[in-house]
Amino acid sequence: MTDHTSPEFLAPPTRRQLLTMIGKVGGATALYQAMTVLGHAAESQFSGPPKLSGAKPGASVLVLGAGLAGMLAAYELTKAGYKVQILEFQGRTGGRNYSVRGGDTITELGSTQEVQYAPGNYLNPGPWRIPYHHRTVLHYCQELGVELEHFAQLNHNAMVHRKDAYGGKPQRYRDLYVDYKGHVAELLGKALNAGALDTAVTTEDKAKLLEAMRSWGVLDKSMAYTKGVKVGEQRGWDRPPGGGVNGAPIPGDVGTLHDTLQSKVWDQIGFYTEHVMQTTMFQPKGGMDNIGKAFAAKVGNMIRLNTRVSKIAQDASGVTATWTDTKTGATGETKADWLVCTIPATVLGQMDIQVSDAKKAAIRALPYGNSVKIGLEMKRRFWETDYAIYGGHSFTDQPIGLISYPTGNWFGKGPAVLLGAYPFGVGAYILAGMTPEKRIAAALDQGSVFHPAEYKAEFLSGASVAWSRMPWILGCCATWTEESRAAHYQDLVSMEGRIVLAGEHCSYYGCWQEGALLSSLDAVTRLHQRASAA
Amino acid sequence: MTKRNSIGLVALAATCLLATATLADPGFAQDRPGPSGGDAAVADSGKEIFEQICQACHMADAKGGGDSGMRVPALADNPHLANKDYPIAILLKGRGGMPWFTDILTKPQIAAVITYVRGHFNTYKDPVTVADIDRVGSSKAPVPDCNCGH
Repeated sequence: MTDHTSPEFLAPPTRRQLLTMIGKVGGATALYQAMTVLGHAAESQFSGPPKLSGAKPGASVLVLGAGLAGMLAAYELTKAGYKVQILEFQGRTGGRNYSVRGGDTITELGSTQEVQYAPGNYLNPGPWRIPYHHRTVLHYCQELGVELEHFAQLNHNAMVHRKDAYGGKPQRYRDLYVDYKGHVAELLGKALNAGALDTAVTTEDKAKLLEAMRSWGVLDKSMAYTKGVKVGEQRGWDRPPGGGVNGAPIPGDVGTLHDTLQSKVWDQIGFYTEHVMQTTMFQPKGGMDNIGKAFAAKVGNMIRLNTRVSKIAQDASGVTATWTDTKTGATGETKADWLVCTIPATVLGQMDIQVSDAKKAAIRALPYGNSVKIGLEMKRRFWETDYAIYGGHSFTDQPIGLISYPTGNWFGKGPAVLLGAYPFGVGAYILAGMTPEKRIAAALDQGSVFHPAEYKAEFLSGASVAWSRMPWILGCCATWTEESRAAHYQDLVSMEGRIVLAGEHCSYYGCWQEGALLSSLDAVTRLHQRASAA
Repeated sequence: MTKRNSIGLVALAATCLLATATLADPGFAQDRPGPSGGDAAVADSGKEIFEQICQACHMADAKGGGDSGMRVPALADNPHLANKDYPIAILLKGRGGMPWFTDILTKPQIAAVITYVRGHFNTYKDPVTVADIDRVGSSKAPVPDCNCGH
C-alpha cells in the first residue's frame, strides 16, 4: 500500500493503519483473522481453531493413534463436549513427533539401540523444523505453551560436496552461489551484447538487463566475472579486512564455469527457494516432542497405551475397535459413537476395517517413502569453533545426503549432537539396510569429507532411526503422485458412516506436521457436522 | 559399473507410462533432505541391489519382520514369487506400503534383483529379463494385491 498524502482524518485508513488498530483493540488473534480476511498471511489453509461446540449429551468418539493428528482430534472434540478415548499401539505418545535422548531405547525390526547422549542433547528422528507459514503448528504451540526458537536453515558458510566436483573437495555454499550467478550473468551479458536476444527483448529492457547482470553477477567493467574486491564482498576473502598496516583485504580466485556447473549448486539454490524451506523456520526448544508432550498434557488421561487394534467395525449404533494389550496379552473391545482413525496406511492396509472397497483400495494404494536420521554426538562444537558454521546444512551426494549443524545452545561447552545423515530415497535404503553400528560407521566415514580432522576424533556416540524398520509405521510418510491423488485421495478422506481417517497421509501437506493437524481439524469438523445432524 | 538413476527412470517411464514423480520429489511440498542424498549410486548385481535397497525393509535374511497385522512380508520362501510377473508388477507399480522402484532402479537392475531374490532366497532359478519387465510393464493387468500378511 502506498502512503496517503491527504490528511489522515479525511482519508480512509490504509490497510496497515487498519491492522494496527485491530491489533491494538483485539489482540493477536483478531489481528491474524483480520490479516487473513485482507489476504495476508494465508499461506496455510488454517483459519483458526475450529471452535466446535454443542456435542449431543453423552456422544462419544474413539480415536486410534496418539500422534499429533489423533491428540489434536481428541483435544478439539473434548472441547466440543464429546467423551473421547484414544488407543495407541506404542508405549509412548506423539507418533512421529519424536525426540530421542540419553537413556532412551530405539527398537527397530531386527535391532535395539540404547541412546548414550549427554543430558540435554537430543535427536529429532522425525519432524525437526517448522516453516513460518505452518500456522496450525505455530498456533497450537502458542495455545499449548510450547516454547519455539529459531531453526537455522540457510547458512551460506556451510558446504556442498559432490564427488565429481572440485576433485571431491567440499566448497562453501556461499562461494558456489556467488560463482554460479556470476558466470550466468556474464554469459547472459555476452548473449545480449552479441545481439543474440534482440528478437526476445526490447532495446529498453536489454539495457536494463545488462545493468541487472552487472549488478547481480558482480561483473567487472568489461562485463566479466573475475576476481576482485567487489566479488570478495560477497564471496569472502583470501585475507579478510583487518586493521592497521595489513588491513586491506585480498580477494580470492573465483571458481571456473566448469567447476561451478559440476557442483550443481542450482539444486541447493532451488531447495532453499521452496516455500516450505524458506526462512524463517522454527523448532521447539529442547526437542520436537515437546509439542506431543504438550498435547499429551491435555489429553493423556484419555489414552490407552500398548494397545494394538486388530479390527475396526461399525454399524447403525456405533463403532467397535477390537484390541490386544501388547504388555499383558489381554484382549478387549472399545465402543463409541464415532471414530477418528490416524493409523498409518502401511498398517491400516493390513487391518480388518469395515469401510467400502473404494476406501480400502485407497488405503492400500498409498506407499510410504523411507528416510533415515542419524544423530552423532561430538565432544565439542568444532563446526562452530573451527569452521564458523552456526546451524544450517552441508550437502553431499553420498548416501547420508547431508549433515546438519545443531541450532540452539550456540557457543555451548561440552558435547553436542549433530545430524549426521538425513536422506530419503536411495541413500535412505542403503543406510536403513545396515545394522545400527554400520550406519554410524558409514555416517562417520562420509561426514568426514566436511570435517576430516575432527569428525572421527571428536565422536562420542551415535543413534539412528530407519523409518522403514520402525515397527509401528514401517515407513516414513505417504508418497502420493498426481495419478494416485486423482484415483484415491477423496476416497481416503471421505467420512464413511461413523469413521473418518486423519493424518499427514490425508492431506496435501504430506510428511509435515501441518498436514497432520490440518487433516485432523478437517476430520473432526466433518465428524461434528455429521454427529450434530444425526 | 553403476549407472545414473535418471537414465533408467527416463527409459522406464517412457515405455511403461508410469508416474514420473520420485520419492525424493513427490511433486508436493513434503519435508525432505534437499538435493544430493537421493542421487547415491546403486550397484548392478542382484545381490548388491538386494543389500542396498531391499533389506532396508525385508531384512538381510529376506524374512521380513514385524508382528501380525503390521508385517513387512518375507521374500524368502515366498510362493507368490513362483510367478515372476508378480514381483515385476510390484516393483514397477508399488503396492501396499511398498513404493514403485522405477525412479531408483533401471530395468536391468530390476531384472537382476528379482532374479537374485527368486533364485537365492527361493528355488525359482529361471532368470528375469528386461524383456519380461517390458512385457509386464506394457500390460494393462491390474497390480496384484500384496501379500502383506505373508
